[in-house]
Amino acid sequence: MDLSFSPEHLAFREEVRAFIASAMPPSLMTKAAADSHFEHDEVMEWHKILHRKGWVAPHWPAEVGGSSLDVTSRFILSEELELAGAPALSPFGLVMVGPLIIQFGTPEQKKRFLPRILSGEEVWCQGYSEPNAGSDLASLKTRAEDDGKGNFVVTGQKTWTTYAQYADWIFCLVRTDASAKKQSGISFLLIDLKTPGVTVKPFLTSGGTPAFSETFFEGAVVPKENLVGPLNGGWTLAKALLGHERTLIAAVGASIRAIRKVKRIAARTQKDGRPLLEDPLFRAKIARLEIKLRGLQMANYRAIAGAQLGRAPGPESSILKIRGSEIQQQCYELAMEAMGLASMSWFNEPGVVHPEEQWVPSLFNYLRATTIYGGTNEIQKNIIAKLILGIPDR
Amino acid sequence: MDFDLSDEQKQLVETVQSFVKKQSPLSRLRALREDPTGWSRDAWRQMGELGWISISLPESVGGLGGSFIDAALILEQLGTTLVPEPMIPTLTAAAAIVRAGTEEQATRLLAPALAGEGSLALAAAEAQSRFDVADVATKAERAGSGYRITGEKVWVLNGHAADTIVVSARTAGGPRDREGISLFAVDRNAPGLEVQPVKTMDSHHAGLLRFKGVEVGEEQRLGAEGGALAALEYAADLGAAAACAEGLGVINTALQMTVEYLKTREQFGVKIGSFQALQHRAVDMFIEAELCRSMMILAALKVADADEEERKTAISAAKVQLAWGGRQVTQQAIQLHGGVGVTDEHDIALYFKRMHVLNALFGDEDTHLTRYARSPLFTANVGA
Ligand SMILES: Cc1cc2nc3c(=O)[nH]c(=O)nc-3n(C[C@H](O)[C@H](O)[C@H](O)COP(=O)(O)OP(=O)(O)OC[C@H]3O[C@@H](n4cnc5c(N)ncnc54)[C@H](O)[C@@H]3O)c2cc1C
Repeated sequence: MDLSFSPEHLAFREEVRAFIASAMPPSLMTKAAADSHFEHDEVMEWHKILHRKGWVAPHWPAEVGGSSLDVTSRFILSEELELAGAPALSPFGLVMVGPLIIQFGTPEQKKRFLPRILSGEEVWCQGYSEPNAGSDLASLKTRAEDDGKGNFVVTGQKTWTTYAQYADWIFCLVRTDASAKKQSGISFLLIDLKTPGVTVKPFLTSGGTPAFSETFFEGAVVPKENLVGPLNGGWTLAKALLGHERTLIAAVGASIRAIRKVKRIAARTQKDGRPLLEDPLFRAKIARLEIKLRGLQMANYRAIAGAQLGRAPGPESSILKIRGSEIQQQCYELAMEAMGLASMSWFNEPGVVHPEEQWVPSLFNYLRATTIYGGTNEIQKNIIAKLILGIPDR
Repeated sequence: MDFDLSDEQKQLVETVQSFVKKQSPLSRLRALREDPTGWSRDAWRQMGELGWISISLPESVGGLGGSFIDAALILEQLGTTLVPEPMIPTLTAAAAIVRAGTEEQATRLLAPALAGEGSLALAAAEAQSRFDVADVATKAERAGSGYRITGEKVWVLNGHAADTIVVSARTAGGPRDREGISLFAVDRNAPGLEVQPVKTMDSHHAGLLRFKGVEVGEEQRLGAEGGALAALEYAADLGAAAACAEGLGVINTALQMTVEYLKTREQFGVKIGSFQALQHRAVDMFIEAELCRSMMILAALKVADADEEERKTAISAAKVQLAWGGRQVTQQAIQLHGGVGVTDEHDIALYFKRMHVLNALFGDEDTHLTRYARSPLFTANVGA
């Protein structure tokens, strides 16, 4: 066993760091330093910079415009981006629908959609969840009916559609066979958000940010060529997605960064005339969290090393989402604790709190979502109990 | 022992329950979010007329002479719909005034607030002080027949709106000395007092207060020069007890909303409450809520205890339990609501926010854990 990265990988890490330092515009750099909320335009600005470097979709095969980076390099790239606080690129095109189109799409679909995902010319969002179909996604009701003229007519409502207000396209799970058993009547459909009959209504998260939307479909006419994979085969596609890039979901880089921030806040906060960072009680709390994070990081390394060798994800990869999401929350709980009374601050003008603390209260609230989105932690645990521990349902 | 409410207390609770239900549903807090004051003078006046502000203050200063339990019962109900009026800031400032000042001073300064015509604020925290009220850098220097106050107070609850502000300032000694701290009652319009309103996460407001040579007369000093720390600590403990009381209302409401959601939300063709994983989670929340109630009673009974260490350990224990229970209940309340729990539109997120603020006020978990563990009572009666 060997914990060290190869010289090539170490060199790659340096290359990534140097690139970020030189390529990130000062305006983004300032915001990154404070972990500010990035506006959509800023995310896309960064998208285009990474695209020019060829690093926007490193996990895509080289022949469709991805990269030839190996698993470990891809991990290093994403970790360094997280550590730098760079804007998180919208994952819906790059990480979700893109790989599905690569795997299941027709040559025309690949040609039509992939280059524009890469360039950032078209932005995507994800239309899976509905008001009454969350954890039980397969109970979704949005229907797509054949109009006999080569189109589907789509009617229904999606919700929690992150950043739909900025998107051009939405990929949806829709019901194409009402008579079939739950999972088997579902198809995977790409819908242009400009289609008449589609409306997007954004609303705020508890962190005060405009991340969510409701998306309504009222008889939207969608050409059949936008169906990906077989008719009524959408559930298989949705499941295939779950297997993609699980090592990124642990957000280890983001949490390492958050703990560093906690330490900086504690270093400049006074308690009993000394820096809070010197308080044994608080220090022990940080240490406890950092040790949890190291455990997660090691589990993540094991998963990456396995993937590098082409192995199927092992049991260690199944815990990454659960632990990673909890740690992300705990980092910000600790940051709030370090801030003391200033943690009550809510979108005040600059100067009221330290610039890098400005967004902490908002994130503290919003990050409650990490244990909910992408399959709640309860659902993750149900899956692990059944599939990994082999404990049968009643 | 007897933990039952008297008939009067039961009636009091019913009155407050009916007030929050009919006149102050949560929508009122939402409506006041963008308001620069953040609370309503009419509602406050009504609370004054009902005797809620004065209920636990001594009759000798114009109060109704009840125990703090009465105030706690009111605060608990106000917590159920997150009533935004400045009860906690007014009660803590009043506690400092009553403990430190003369009866004449207290009667005069409290009268408008007790009637709901004015409100108070206690300006103790400073940028470096964290939760230690003895860590006072603000200075009050002798000037003529009075004093001149210079310094900055941060996150003063209701500091943006209070008519009278009770401020701690050093008249002698070095930073964090327990002697040399004095209290002054300052009018909000005093020349040299700059108030910067700030927004807080719970849709309330507070003030950053800059005292730039504010002149005060001898008669504005509360108690002996340099001897105010005991009164200040008492006021902060009363604030902590008040946070435990309001927090209990927050916790129980979050629990009820969640239990209701488990009974109505359906996924996989069944109520999500039928999943045992979630039933157990709800029971864990309920256990914490009941422990918070038990500890709130302890805090409310002991806040006026003549034995200072008894008071401090009881308050600290209750505040630590509030931190544990409040965090667990409101976090899990969001979790069990799924996606709606992290929307601004859903009320559960507002309870989560208020809970955080109550946990931070008047000493966070570590502060009270430390004070508890350092108390002489902690190692008394241990045996050899
Ligand atoms: C920030 C954020 C962004 C999102 N972005 C998108 C997006 O872009 N596109 C999209 O389609 N969706 C998105 N979602 C939706 C997300 O996938 C759902 O919120 C999630 O699947 C949970 O569904 P729900 O909210 O309906 O909760 P519910 O399914 O109603 O769950 C409520 C509670 O019940 C629990 N529960 C449910 N079933 C079980 C069970 N069998 N056993 C034990 N416990 C159970 C859950 O864990 C949860 O605690 C987003 C959500 C969030 C919070």
